Formats: sequence, structure tokens, C-alpha cells
Amino acid sequence: MRRGNKVWSWIVMMIGILYFFLPLVATFVFSLKAKLGVLSFKAYANIFNDPAFVYNFSYSVLWAVLTIVVGILLFVPTAFLIRLRVPKLRSAVEFITLLPFVIPAIVFVFGLVRTFSHPPLLIVNSPALLIAAYTVLSMPYMYRAIDTGLRAIDVRTLTEAGQSLGAGWGSILFDIILPNIRVAILSGAFLSFAIVIGEFILAQYLAKPAFAPYMAYMIQQKAYEPAAMAIISFALTWAAMGIISLVGRGGGQAQVGGGH
Amino acid sequence: MTTLDVKQDAPLARPAPHKMSWAWLGIMPFFLFAFLFLLYPSSTIVVRSFQNSTTHAFTLKNVIALFSNHYILGAYWISIEISLLTSVGGGIFGFLLAYAAIRGGLPKFMRSSLMTFCGVASNFAGVPLAFAFIALLSPTGMLIGWLKALGYNPYFHGFTLYTFWGLSIVYMYFQFPLMVLIIAPAIDGLRREWLEASENLGASSFQYWRYVALPILLPSIMGTMILLFGNSFGAFATAQALTGGQINLVTIVIGSQLRGDALGDPGLGYALALGMVVIMALAIMGYTILQRRTERWLR
Repeated sequence: MRRGNKVWSWIVMMIGILYFFLPLVATFVFSLKAKLGVLSFKAYANIFNDPAFVYNFSYSVLWAVLTIVVGILLFVPTAFLIRLRVPKLRSAVEFITLLPFVIPAIVFVFGLVRTFSHPPLLIVNSPALLIAAYTVLSMPYMYRAIDTGLRAIDVRTLTEAGQSLGAGWGSILFDIILPNIRVAILSGAFLSFAIVIGEFILAQYLAKPAFAPYMAYMIQQKAYEPAAMAIISFALTWAAMGIISLVGRGGGQAQVGGGH
Repeated sequence: MTTLDVKQDAPLARPAPHKMSWAWLGIMPFFLFAFLFLLYPSSTIVVRSFQNSTTHAFTLKNVIALFSNHYILGAYWISIEISLLTSVGGGIFGFLLAYAAIRGGLPKFMRSSLMTFCGVASNFAGVPLAFAFIALLSPTGMLIGWLKALGYNPYFHGFTLYTFWGLSIVYMYFQFPLMVLIIAPAIDGLRREWLEASENLGASSFQYWRYVALPILLPSIMGTMILLFGNSFGAFATAQALTGGQINLVTIVIGSQLRGDALGDPGLGYALALGMVVIMALAIMGYTILQRRTERWLR
């Protein structure tokens, strides 16, 4: 039984590896064909010299960074207080943080646009709405990462130690708790980063400059440059996941499945 | 303000309630945020689904129209078909892959690299994923080129990347990695002693799977497949970028309803979105229930 097992394992694994790598290899090879007859990095040079790419991509990075900052400011105090002071609201908070899984992004943006495009809530054109929406989208990952981080440390003892040394709530949160859960926050942050950088639906329908809508537009216009962008996007996802597994070594697998 | 003075005269022995109110104040921003940007917009969809779009009076017309509109029923049906196919297919393949890596006698490093690959692949979706498969499987794609060189062109035999089967192949790319990630702990929970015990009792490999391993793993496998179903049911960007909105999925219909009133009936658009949320909620509930059943064995 053992030997037969092993052969099957290798066959299944080989199919998996082919499925995983063939589309990437095809994309990479295609991205090198921008110059007729030879392989070159011309497509990559083209996009980095394309002001519209730089513009859209920089905005995506900006949205990602703002989303992470808002997420940390909003979720760290909440998760901390839920754990320490108001545990009876825990299930309510957990329900809310899971909701973005239940509401598909396209339905979510549908609700946002319909809600915020009439006075008195006419903020559909504001970048703040996009950041809020991204914060909601990354909430299941960010909040859970922070909550897992808090579970691993002794919040109560650290807080009491801080209090007895005369620290205020702000300095307990940001000088004591935050540094102790930085690994968890980092992994949540990089997951959020990967999600926001690749996100298409919200940026498209809230009409904001971003990487994915620009790439979707370029697919209609050009051949080789979108291939190069797909490779860059893949490399970024890979880097984010790599950093998460580096910083979170032993901290468990990052749970995934984002905005497809 | 006399009451305030009275209170100051008799301070509380324990300051606990005072602290409590600070804690409530501290979690208010989160609840305000969740209400404004998640709960309120979502409830708008529910409320408007049961409202006449001009008079705002209560009506069941939108929800009834949902079930009598062939275009919409067709969209739901294709979305459900594609989600069933890719959740069962991706679920089976993902399970085999995870089992091969964890219990298949492969070198140790295979497992950790598989997990990393799956973490990346399940997040690598949307527009770049669509393009990767265009580079591979479009009429001028790499794999099609190889097959053509071998004298077989799938496009002459009814295959296209831009319809049902093509989209299913693309969806599988984020489906099976998610299965691997979620099912791996369940496979880890399968104790070696159980295999040894059944072998000692003379069980065949089939009997071990039929009577021991599968009954333990089944809730977990089913639960994760339901999660995969939801994962593909709510997918939009990949299909939009791949087909340019030409495939009739529920998410695509909602997208075009959002750009302009494509259905010619705003109320129907809300009911359409509500239908999606109901199906997703059922999927997540099914997953949670089955996951709880599994946890008994994983301690």
C-alpha cells in the first residue's frame, strides 16, 4: 500500500504544480515578447515609464497604507477593550467582523453607492468612503489577526502593570500593547496590503484611481504591458505572503480568500 | 444641577462603573464605523428590496419579479452551476493535494512550500488572474499553441476560455488552494493510530477510508466545499476582466445594474442583491455548523 500511495501522491502533486505554474510561466514568457523576435524586459520598462501606471499604482499604495492605519487605529482599541472590559459584546463584534465574508464585494459596493449618493449622505465621491470600504473589506483579516495576537499575550497583567506604574490608557495601548502584538499586526497589515493592491471592484465602482482597474483597462488596449503588470501583481502578492510567513513563523497560517 | 452636587457629596466606593463607561466610549468608534459603512448600507438593500421604488410603500413585487424573470433566473442558475462545479471539483482536488503533501510520503519541504503556494494562489485573483489564463488558454495562448503544434486545437472542438468551462478552469485556480489551506488541519487531526489499528484488525485500505477516515473528515470536507461555493458565487472581478461582462453571472448583472439601471427596475436590482446575500449567508452558516461538528475530532 505504501509504494502505491507514494506514486499517487507524486502524480497529484505534479498536476498541482503544473496548474499553479503554467499560467504564471505563460504570462511571464508573454511579458518578455514586447520586442519582436527577442526576449526583453521592454514591457516592464514601458509600464514604469508610463505616467498613468505610476499614477494609478501610487494611489493603490496610498489607499493600502491608509487602510492599514485606519484599521489599526480602529481595531486595536476595540479588540483590546472587548478582551479586557466588555467581553459580553464579543459575539456581536465577531458577527460584524465576519459580515464582509457574507456580503460579496459587488453587493457591498452596490449598497454603498445607493446609500451614499443622496443628500444628506452625499459622500460617494470622497476618498474617505473608499478607505472606509477597504477597511471593511480587510476587517475579517485585520481584526482577527489583532485578536489572535492579543490572545497570545497576557493583556490583563500587562495592563495592570502599566496602570500601577501610572500609565494612561493611551500609553498602555500604544506603548505596551501595540509593540507586543506587532507581529500579528504586521501579518494583518500585509494581508490587507495584498488585498487592497489587487482590489478591483471598489475602486472601479467608486471611480478612484487604482492599479487593478487600470490593468483591466490596459487589457483592452495593449498586449504585453498587462502581462508585465500581472507579473508585478503576482510578485507583490508573493512578497506580502512571504513577509507574513517570515514574521509570523510559528504563529499559524494566514487565513485567506479575498476579493475575486 | 443640584442632582450633580448630591452625587459629588456621595462618591461611589468603587470606581468600576466609571471605568465601564470609558470602555463603552472606547468601543463606540468601531460600532459607529460598522453601522455607517457596513450595517446601514447592507440594511438598505434589504429594506429597498421590499419597497416600491417610487412610492416607498411595502411590496413583495420585487422579490416575486425575481422568480419570474428568465434573464435573472438564468444568471442565478449559471452562478450556482459554476460554483457547484468549482467547489466540488476544487474541493476534491484540493483534498487530494493536501493529503498527498501531508500523508503521502512526500519530502517534508513539499508541505510547507505547498502551503505558501496556496496562500499566494488563493489571494491571486481578479484581473491579474484573468490575464494569466488569457496568456495560457486564449486562442494565441501558450498551452493552446503547444496543443496546436501537436495537431489538436481545442477551439475547433467547442472550447473557449470566455464561457462556462473556461471560467470554471480559471476559478479553480483560487478554489483548490483555499481547500488545501482549510482542510490541512483536519488531515493533521487524522491520527496515525487509527490507520494502524484498522490495519491490525485486518481492514483493507478501502475499508479504512469507508469506515474510519471519511466519516471523520466528511463534515470538514463538506463544510469547506460550502465555503468554496460562497467564494466562487460572490466572485466578480475575475469574470468581468476575463469575459468583459459577457457572461451572465449574478455578480455581473449586479455590476451592470450599478453602472446604469440595466434591468430597468431599481427595485429588482435590490432584490437581486438580496438574493445573493441570502445564498451567501446560508453557505457561511452551513460552513460554521459543519466546522463545529469537525472540531470534536480535532482536539
